[in-house]
Amino acid sequence: MRQVAIYGKGGIGKSTTTQNLTAGLGEMGKKIMIVGCDPKADSTRLILHGLAQKSVLDTLREEGEDVELENIMKTGAFGIKCVESGGPEPGVGCAGRGIITSINMLEQLGAYTDDLDYVFYDVLGDVVCGGFAMPIREGKAQEIYIVASGEMMALYAANNICKGIQKYANTGGTRLGGIICNSRKVDGERELLEAFAKELGSQLVYFVPRDNLVQRAEINRKTVIDFAPDEAQADVYRGLARAIDGNDMFVIPKPMPQERLEAILMEHGILDN
Amino acid sequence: MLDATPKEYVERSGLVINPAKTCQPVGAMYAALGIHKCLPHSHGSQGCCAYHRKFLTRNFRDPVMASTSSFTEGAAVFGGGNNLKTAIKNVFAIYNPDIIAIHTTCLSETIGDDIPSFIMGAQIPEGKYVIHANTPSYVGSHITGFSNMVKGMVKYLSVNNKKSNGKFNVIPGFINPGDMREIKRLLNAMGVPFILFPDTSGVLDAPMTGKFELYPKGGARVEDIIDAGNSTATLALGSFASADGAYELEKKCKVPQKVLKTPIGIKATDDFLMTVSKLTGREIPEEVEEERGQLVDVMVDCHYHYHGKSVALFGDPDLLIALTEFTINLGMIPKYIVTGTPGDSFENEIKEMLDAAGIEGKVKALGDLFTLHQWMKEEPVDLLMGGTHGKYIARAEDVPFVRIGFPILDRSVHSYLPITGYRGAMRVIEMISNALLDRQDRDAADEDMELIM
Repeated sequence: MRQVAIYGKGGIGKSTTTQNLTAGLGEMGKKIMIVGCDPKADSTRLILHGLAQKSVLDTLREEGEDVELENIMKTGAFGIKCVESGGPEPGVGCAGRGIITSINMLEQLGAYTDDLDYVFYDVLGDVVCGGFAMPIREGKAQEIYIVASGEMMALYAANNICKGIQKYANTGGTRLGGIICNSRKVDGERELLEAFAKELGSQLVYFVPRDNLVQRAEINRKTVIDFAPDEAQADVYRGLARAIDGNDMFVIPKPMPQERLEAILMEHGILDN
Repeated sequence: MLDATPKEYVERSGLVINPAKTCQPVGAMYAALGIHKCLPHSHGSQGCCAYHRKFLTRNFRDPVMASTSSFTEGAAVFGGGNNLKTAIKNVFAIYNPDIIAIHTTCLSETIGDDIPSFIMGAQIPEGKYVIHANTPSYVGSHITGFSNMVKGMVKYLSVNNKKSNGKFNVIPGFINPGDMREIKRLLNAMGVPFILFPDTSGVLDAPMTGKFELYPKGGARVEDIIDAGNSTATLALGSFASADGAYELEKKCKVPQKVLKTPIGIKATDDFLMTVSKLTGREIPEEVEEERGQLVDVMVDCHYHYHGKSVALFGDPDLLIALTEFTINLGMIPKYIVTGTPGDSFENEIKEMLDAAGIEGKVKALGDLFTLHQWMKEEPVDLLMGGTHGKYIARAEDVPFVRIGFPILDRSVHSYLPITGYRGAMRVIEMISNALLDRQDRDAADEDMELIM
């Protein structure tokens, strides 16, 4: 079982990318579980076709500690099993603890069955506290992919996330598998991300070009492969799935100091624009 | 004192009044003290550690040593990694234990401190060990904490090196050191080679020698816990406190396990000894058979003291499951059974026993003493059994009270004298009989006062 965590700046398209990627893997016949680790609980909407999934923490809140697995896990497109951790309302409680609680609960309830090929953790924005690092603790997710684009803030965030990964990688087995570019059509984007990934000691594992079809599929609550299997963008995600499935480059990232990051940005010209 | 408790029971959610449990770390600390030369370490603020130590000291009347990561505001913000690394270094340098057993606290759990990675990054002297258990008190109870620490021992220490040691493992559960001694005595009487862990005998019932020992003689040896991976089988006594450790041993080291009741009362002790006999092929020795015969004799001689009396029981789940069975065997009516530890299996197991005995009783896991008190107000019982906290209910309802279980803070010697095994069962009968007969004497008119009862 490969356990994979997807991190990246808020709004970069982690959930969209994760779901389209898992659709590709699912189409290949892989058995997959997605664990949404975002209090907004929107990590599985495309797989479940908008089906309102009751989050682990909502179930916990309403039904007490005796939660049954079938109440929190739904199966969607391509046989993908979906769980949403959920969290407290904005502004109250502790979302980080929520993730620890739900992942512990999934383990207790026996959600991690041996027949799974992949478990994906779709984690909110930055690794802001210990709770959001839960998916990469204690030998859970061994590989991490960061979704980024050529925009400066996305790279700042990716660099920051690498600091978190480095911390856990030194003592645990967790490694960076690469950067996935979710393109924003920024000038020289591919080159910039390749340089950025190389500087981290990693790789640009795949480049997902921008296509409005993704938004159309989203509005229809579907992944691209599900919505328009014959379009080019569906093949893009199939390519991403193959790239992840065949990836064998796993490194402890070397996050760079601010100056170096800015220098790379300068080099590839976006700070001039 | 509890005059304000209303008679009518109302379903409550989100409010616990007079809980029948305490923090996870209390159990984790107790389990850790059952390893020889182990210093329990509380990863959190100082107050947690102080409270948990004091809680155990009050029950056992022996010093309880433990260190703490001493969180400050800074640790709460930046995480407790640095505190823990410094603590591990200092504890080995200053107190020189063989092993440090770390348990977490609510604060470090909420911060999300990743203890395994901290341990991996810490400087641990050659030949020393550091283990850990996650023990957030907002989950489970002190029994959960005990169970988690036992599981942690197996996870970190036990190894199967493919050479059977011909022994079998016993995980005794959250019982007094006197009970651990009794279980060892029975096993030794049978001539069975065994590894019992954790083992707080000789630690929390250590003799007065005139010299303070930071690490008293008792406790399971680290080598033995490591070797537990090579044993032929594991007996977990008490499903709530011991099963997880046994399951972990099975998972990690392929040691087959069997979960039994805590051997309190005649049937549970029979089951325990017969299982040991079956597993090892050893006969039950005459001296143990004699004890059983004595117990049966006592049960026959004084059954009229307690037969048909109703009893309310509260405390820890493993104790209550065994006590329910025993009181039914004695012809008593266990009418109310309340534990503070959560778990449907508790309610199911007790209900099954009550149904089989044709008793209409009420049982509640994750319950509190307020509920128990209300039930007793609605329909009284003849006897109340549980830890010290029950004494207020006993006074309010003027019900005889037998102190049994954990914690007992207002009486002593209980931690030395067993309630397990056949002799322990006799002691339980003595306590029940005495409480009921004392009450009969107290209430008897002068002309009805009996000399022989």
